[in-house]
Amino acid sequence: MPDVKKFLCVSCPVGCSLSVTVEGTKVISVEGNTCPLGEKYAHSEVANPVRTFTSTVRVRGGSLPVCPVRSKTPLPLSRVFDVTREVAKLTAEPPIEVGSTLIENVCGTGVDIVASRSLPKR
Amino acid sequence: MSGLRRVDVAIIGAGPAGVAAGVAARKEGAEKVVVFERDWEPGGILQQCIHPGFGLHTFGEELTGPEYMHRYLERAREAGVEFDLNTMVFQMDKPVSSDGRKAARFWVMNPSRGIEQVEAKSVVLAMGCRERPAGALGIAGSRPSGVYTAGAAQRFVNMEGLMPGRKVAIMGTGDIGLIMARRMVLEGADVVGVFEIMPWVSGLRRNIAQCLDDFHIPYYLNQSVCELHGKGRLEGVTVVEIGADRKPVSGSEKFVSCDTLLLAVGLIPENELSRMAGIEIEPGTGGPLVNELMQTSEECVFAAGNVVVVYDLVDFVSREGERAGASAARYAMGRLVKGDREFKIVPGDNIRIISPQILTASEDVTVYLRVGSPVEGKCRLRADPGLSSQNLRYARPGEMNEIKLRADKLKALAPDVTNVAIGLEVL
Repeated sequence: MPDVKKFLCVSCPVGCSLSVTVEGTKVISVEGNTCPLGEKYAHSEVANPVRTFTSTVRVRGGSLPVCPVRSKTPLPLSRVFDVTREVAKLTAEPPIEVGSTLIENVCGTGVDIVASRSLPKR
Repeated sequence: MSGLRRVDVAIIGAGPAGVAAGVAARKEGAEKVVVFERDWEPGGILQQCIHPGFGLHTFGEELTGPEYMHRYLERAREAGVEFDLNTMVFQMDKPVSSDGRKAARFWVMNPSRGIEQVEAKSVVLAMGCRERPAGALGIAGSRPSGVYTAGAAQRFVNMEGLMPGRKVAIMGTGDIGLIMARRMVLEGADVVGVFEIMPWVSGLRRNIAQCLDDFHIPYYLNQSVCELHGKGRLEGVTVVEIGADRKPVSGSEKFVSCDTLLLAVGLIPENELSRMAGIEIEPGTGGPLVNELMQTSEECVFAAGNVVVVYDLVDFVSREGERAGASAARYAMGRLVKGDREFKIVPGDNIRIISPQILTASEDVTVYLRVGSPVEGKCRLRADPGLSSQNLRYARPGEMNEIKLRADKLKALAPDVTNVAIGLEVL
């Protein structure tokens, strides 16, 4: 029995309202998107929703007391709270280079946590 | 105090608009291009916007705010833009005539050099905007600590490593408030609700999805915070329903327990310096009146970014910053060519803000606008007489719309035409 799921695509600021017809976990059709990103987003939302994770980590002796970080690629939404707890344990040492890996394969998701800015020593 | 410092193009503010203006001014050929920035590093407010969602248009990928600025600052370094950091422009004089052209004069202060006067062949205003503060809202009750603008809380959490509170209510659905709702939850706070006075959300819809819905944070339309409670620290707020007549519904008041209230109730272009210099401010946008070259009512002063009109995407801020920077450079080199026509843009019903407001038909232009209330369904933007039209699937206050106008079509208009009407038709 096909089921219709409604999503709001977050791939870009347009925010298309998607109607996704599914049978179990199989996507039958996607409507409401205005670009291919919407199609891709719909499949991902049905199978395993993912989001780019961002937060900060503590820094000892840096020009700021915290450094912003991100997941290098999107990671499962269901793991976001596990990841945020793991990130909260870390204290990074400056100097930090933008893009440098601070945690590899965070919580076994296969995704790295990287610095999203450079931070010099104080 | 030392003597007069001379620069070719001076840019006030090293946020995305100012940095883009600097890059474009150098590329256009201006020699000494200096960006004056009061903070210790360039980047402006994007340095605290650690969430993703920036740069899809400019860099073809989704970046966080600091990453976006990092990339743009690399362009600025390559282009030879100078940055004068820890330096605040605190006064701007009315431009003076110099060698047959106008020149801008302003005053800066810096902790090691003290006070200096600067003369620039042209200036780009790129001071950005400020958040509407608690004092502008007239909320009844006590005045406890724990009430912050969403952007102030964002700075505390993302740059200073401080938590503003543990149990958070949010007033308004501006994007920064939605972003901070998610951020506070990730930092271990409880966000009890987001209260929006209007019948619609003022931020981007994707932020409702990814910041509120993903984290099961409730939001309420037609509700507003009307009273603060607590001595010393905030203990809760009274929330009231707003009726169809846009007035509070008596008897609908409810107490919401919280120790923190974040305000996300609007952004206001920051134009203290512009006013000092005698620049005409457009009442609709709260920013300088500008033409398609981003030139203000003073011919040597240009403006770009949220100081002109509050944009929804930084990519547009950068784009308009480049336009302003290129124009300022051409002015400084004595080769800015304005068009030979002058049209005033007249916005139609339900168009709340529009920028630019003056067209001289010098080059093709993108006109940015926001509607006052949402149109949920097909509609058409039109620029008349017969200039262009564009179909839209909907038009919402939280998302800017744009319409492109061609210079050749403007030039071809009959000589007695002095107004360009931009309107929205519901289909």
